[in-house]
Amino acid sequence: MSAKKKNICTIIALIALGVFLVIVEQTTTESSMMRSVLQLSAIYALAAVSMNLLNGFTGLFSLGHAGFMAIGAYVFAIITIPVSKKGNVYYLYGVNDILANVELQPVLALIIAGVVAAALAALIGAPVLRLKSDYFAIATLGFAEIVRIVVASSPLNTITNGSLGLKSIPGFGSFYFPFIVVVVCIAIIILLINSTYGRAFKAIREDEIAAEAMGINLASHKQMSFITSSFFAGISGALMAMYLGAITSTTFPITLTYNILLIVVIGGMGSVTGSIVAAFLVTFAKEWWLRFLDQEMIIGTFQVPFLRTGFRMVVFSIILMLVVLFWRKGLMGQKEFSWDGLVRTLKKIGGIFTGKNRKPSASEGGGASE
Amino acid sequence: MSKENILKVCDVTMQFGGVVAVNNLNMEINKGEIVGLIGPNGAGKTTAFNTITGVYAPTNGAIYLEGKVIAENHPSGKMKSAYKGQNMGKYHKAVLLTPDKITKLGIARTFQNIRLFKDLTVFENVLIAKHMNYRANPFSATFRLNHKEEKAMREESLRLLTLLDLEKNKDDIATSLPYGKQRHLEIARALATNPKLLLLDEPAAGMNPQESDELMEFIHRIRDDFHLTILVIEHHMQLVMGVCERIYVLDYGSLIAEGTPEEIQNNPKVIEAYLGVDE
Amino acid sequence: MTTSIFLQYCLAGISIGSIYALIAIGYTMVYGILRLINFAHGDIFMMAAYFMIFAMVDHMIPWQISMVLMILATIALGVVIEKVAYKPLRTAPRMSIMISAIGVSYLLQNLATYLFSALPKQYPSIPVLNQTIWLGDVSTSIATFITPIITIAFVILLMLLIRYTKVGMAMRAVSKDFETARLMGIKINTVISVTFAIGCFLAAVGSMLYFTPRPSVFPLAGSLPGLKCFVAAVFGGIGSIPGAVLGGFVIGLSETFIKAAGYSEFSDVFTFILLIAVLMVKPTGLFGEKLMEKV
Repeated sequence: MSAKKKNICTIIALIALGVFLVIVEQTTTESSMMRSVLQLSAIYALAAVSMNLLNGFTGLFSLGHAGFMAIGAYVFAIITIPVSKKGNVYYLYGVNDILANVELQPVLALIIAGVVAAALAALIGAPVLRLKSDYFAIATLGFAEIVRIVVASSPLNTITNGSLGLKSIPGFGSFYFPFIVVVVCIAIIILLINSTYGRAFKAIREDEIAAEAMGINLASHKQMSFITSSFFAGISGALMAMYLGAITSTTFPITLTYNILLIVVIGGMGSVTGSIVAAFLVTFAKEWWLRFLDQEMIIGTFQVPFLRTGFRMVVFSIILMLVVLFWRKGLMGQKEFSWDGLVRTLKKIGGIFTGKNRKPSASEGGGASE
Repeated sequence: MSKENILKVCDVTMQFGGVVAVNNLNMEINKGEIVGLIGPNGAGKTTAFNTITGVYAPTNGAIYLEGKVIAENHPSGKMKSAYKGQNMGKYHKAVLLTPDKITKLGIARTFQNIRLFKDLTVFENVLIAKHMNYRANPFSATFRLNHKEEKAMREESLRLLTLLDLEKNKDDIATSLPYGKQRHLEIARALATNPKLLLLDEPAAGMNPQESDELMEFIHRIRDDFHLTILVIEHHMQLVMGVCERIYVLDYGSLIAEGTPEEIQNNPKVIEAYLGVDE
Repeated sequence: MTTSIFLQYCLAGISIGSIYALIAIGYTMVYGILRLINFAHGDIFMMAAYFMIFAMVDHMIPWQISMVLMILATIALGVVIEKVAYKPLRTAPRMSIMISAIGVSYLLQNLATYLFSALPKQYPSIPVLNQTIWLGDVSTSIATFITPIITIAFVILLMLLIRYTKVGMAMRAVSKDFETARLMGIKINTVISVTFAIGCFLAAVGSMLYFTPRPSVFPLAGSLPGLKCFVAAVFGGIGSIPGAVLGGFVIGLSETFIKAAGYSEFSDVFTFILLIAVLMVKPTGLFGEKLMEKV
C-alpha cells in the first residue's frame, strides 16, 4: 500500500471515529451507558499509554501509577471545587485559608495536576531509579501506598478533607472534553516515542549496558521517562476525578495499578495502539458486556451455575493469567497498528477460512511501522 | 610517524573482593595503531576493557585519554586493608566517569557476547548511537522543531550502513541477521558514536576462518577510513598476528610481555603461559 | 510510659514481628531461588485464613483437625500456583514472571471476593490461643505469647533443614546457580516445589496466629501485611532467612511503638519509607549478597 493511500485510510478512520462520537452524543442521553463507558475507556487509555511509556518502552517496571493518578486527581479537585461549594465539601474540618478562594479553570487545572505529579516523580526519581528491576517495582509500589495514606491523613484535613475525600468536583461539561484531552496527550506521547529520545528509551529497555556504552546517560533518560509518564498519569487521574465527581484515597488502590497493567499487558508491552485498543476492549467488557456475569440468571427453572456477584472479576483475572501465560505478547506485541499489518492480518484470517494460508506471516496482529 | 599516545593506562589494578583480576597494568597506545591484547581465558582482558570504558572503577591506578584523565582511583574504605596490588599511595584522586561520559569523550566498544538492541532494526541500532551528539532538548525533539538535525542524523547513519555493507539489511530486526553480520553491526554501531579509539572484544569469536579473514581486512579498512586507533582482544592467533602492530600479553591479570607480533611469537614467557597451553 | 506498659508493647511488637518474620521467610526463600517477588504470597496468607473459616465455621470441624487441613490446603495452593503460573515462564523475561505473580495475586483476591464475599468474616476463635495469661504485671493472650516461640522454633528447624539435609543442600545450590545446579543433576522442580511448600506452611501458621486476635478477614486482608513482610525481607537482605526474621522484628516493633506514640495513621508510611531508605543506602539489605552483572 502506498504512503498516500495509507494516509487517506488513516484520515478516513479518524473521521469515522469522530463521526461515531458525534452520533453517540446526538443519540444518547446524558446518563447512558455508552457515553460513560466510552469516556472511562478513554481515561484508561491515557493511563495505560502513560504506563506503557515507562514499563513497555523504557523497560522500567513501575507499580506506582495509582499513586501518581491519586496526586493528579487530588490536585485537580482541590483547585477546581467551586468556591460556593467549598463550605459544603469541607464541612467537618473547614477549608485551608489559602484554598478558600481558589477556583481554577479545568484545562489549566489539568496541566497543574500533571505538573505536580511530575514534580513528585522528579523528587523521588533520582533515588528510586537507581534500583534494579524488581526493587524499583516494589519501591514505586511503596510510594503509591505512601501517597494514599498521606492524602487521607489528618494533618492534611483542611486540604484533602482527610478520609472523607473530596466531592463536587466539576464534570466534563462537554461530552467531547475527555476525548480531546486524551487524544492530545497520547499524540504527544507518540511524538516523544518516535523522537530520538524515544529511541534512547527503547535502547535502555533492550540493554542498559549497551545503551550506556552508546553514550546514553541512563540516569537522566530514565528520569525523563519517569517524569513524563507521571505527568500524564497525573492528567489521567485528574480526568478520573472529573469523571467520578467525588474521590477518596480508596479510589486509587494498588488494584487500580494492576487494572492498568492488565490493559498494558493485554495490548502489548511497548505498543501504544495496543494499549489504546485494549483499554477500550477491557473497559467495555468489564463495565458493560460482562456485567451479566455478576447477576444470577435463571433460564426456565435452570439456574445458570457460577453467576453471582464477583464472578466477573474472577473471569477477568483468569483472562489476564491466560494472556500472561500463553500470549505473552498481547494483542500487538511491540508493534504498532499499520494498514499493511491490518491487510496482512485480514489475509491471514481469510487464509484460515479458505485454506490458502501457505506462508504464515511471522508477525502477530498489526505489522511493524516506523 | 609521530608517537603521540592516545590512551595511557597507568598502574591499573582491579580487585574484586579478594580476587585481583587485573594487576598493575601499564599500556600505552599510540594514535593510529592497531594493538592486540591477548592472554589465556580468565587473564583479565575483558576486565581491563571494562575499566577503560568505565563499567568498573579501577581499584587503583589511572587511565588517560589524550592526556586527560578519564579514570583514577585508589583503594578506600574496606579495600584499604584488603588491597593486594602495588603502587598504593601513588594516586590520590577519585575520578570515576560513567560509561556514557567515556563514550562521549571518544572511546567506543563492542562486547564479547554481542549486545545489540535486539528487537530494534539495524537502522535504529545505529541511530541510537547518534543520540548522544544530539543537541535538541526533549521538548523540541518531541514537537519536531529540530527537523534538520534529525534528518542529518538519519543521513549519517545511512551513509555509515552503506559504507559497511549493511544498507540492504537496514530494516531487518537486529537479531535476525546472521552471526557475522551481527558482529559487523555492533562495530557499525560503535563507529556511529564517532570514536577516536575503538575497543573490540573478541570480534572473531564464533567466526569461521573465511569470515575472520574478511574481518581482518575490515579492521584495517575501518582504521584507515575512520582514522581510528584500535585495541582488540582476540583469541584467534592468526587474526591477532595478521592485524596487530603491537601486542600486549596478559596472564593472571599481569602483563607478561609486550612487542611486535614476531617478538611475541618468540617470547618464551608467552609460549609457556599461553601458546604452550592448547588454545 | 510505665515499665509494664512498655513491656506490653514490646511483647506485642515482638509477637506481630514474628508473624511478619514467618511470612517474610516465604518471600525471601522464593526470591533466593527464582529471583521472583512472589506478589501472591500475601494473598496465600489471606486464603489460609479463609480455609480456616471454611473448615471451622462452615463445617464445624474441630480446630486441631481444621488446622492440619488448612495447612495442607495452603501448601497445595502454593505448590499449584507455582506449577501453573510460574513454571511455564521459567525462561521468560523477569518482567513476565513478575506480571504473572501480580496476576495470581489479583486472581486470588477476586476469587476470595467471589467465594467468600467482600464482607469481612469473623475468624474462628481457637480457645487455647485466646486465653489470657499474666506474666508478672503484663497480661497477654496465649497467641501473642507463643507466637515468638513458635517462630523461633520454626526458624531453627528451617536453618537446620537447609544446612544439614539433602534437599537443603539442593536449595542452597539452586539459589547460588540455577543452571549449574540443574547440570549437577539436582531436580530443580522438586526443589522449587519444596521451597514453595515451606513458604506456604509458614504463611499458614502465620495466618492463624495473625488473625486469631484480630476481628475479621476480608479479601484484601493479605495485601498490606504481605507488602510489609516483603519490606521485612528486603530490609534483612532478600535471600537471607536470618535477615528476614530480623526485618520482621524491626518492622513489628517499630510499628507497635509508632502506634503507641499516637501516630497510628503513619505506621504503614514508616514501613514504606524504611523500605525506600534501605534500598537507597544498602540495596541488597543487611545480609544480602551483592550480585554483579557480567559485561
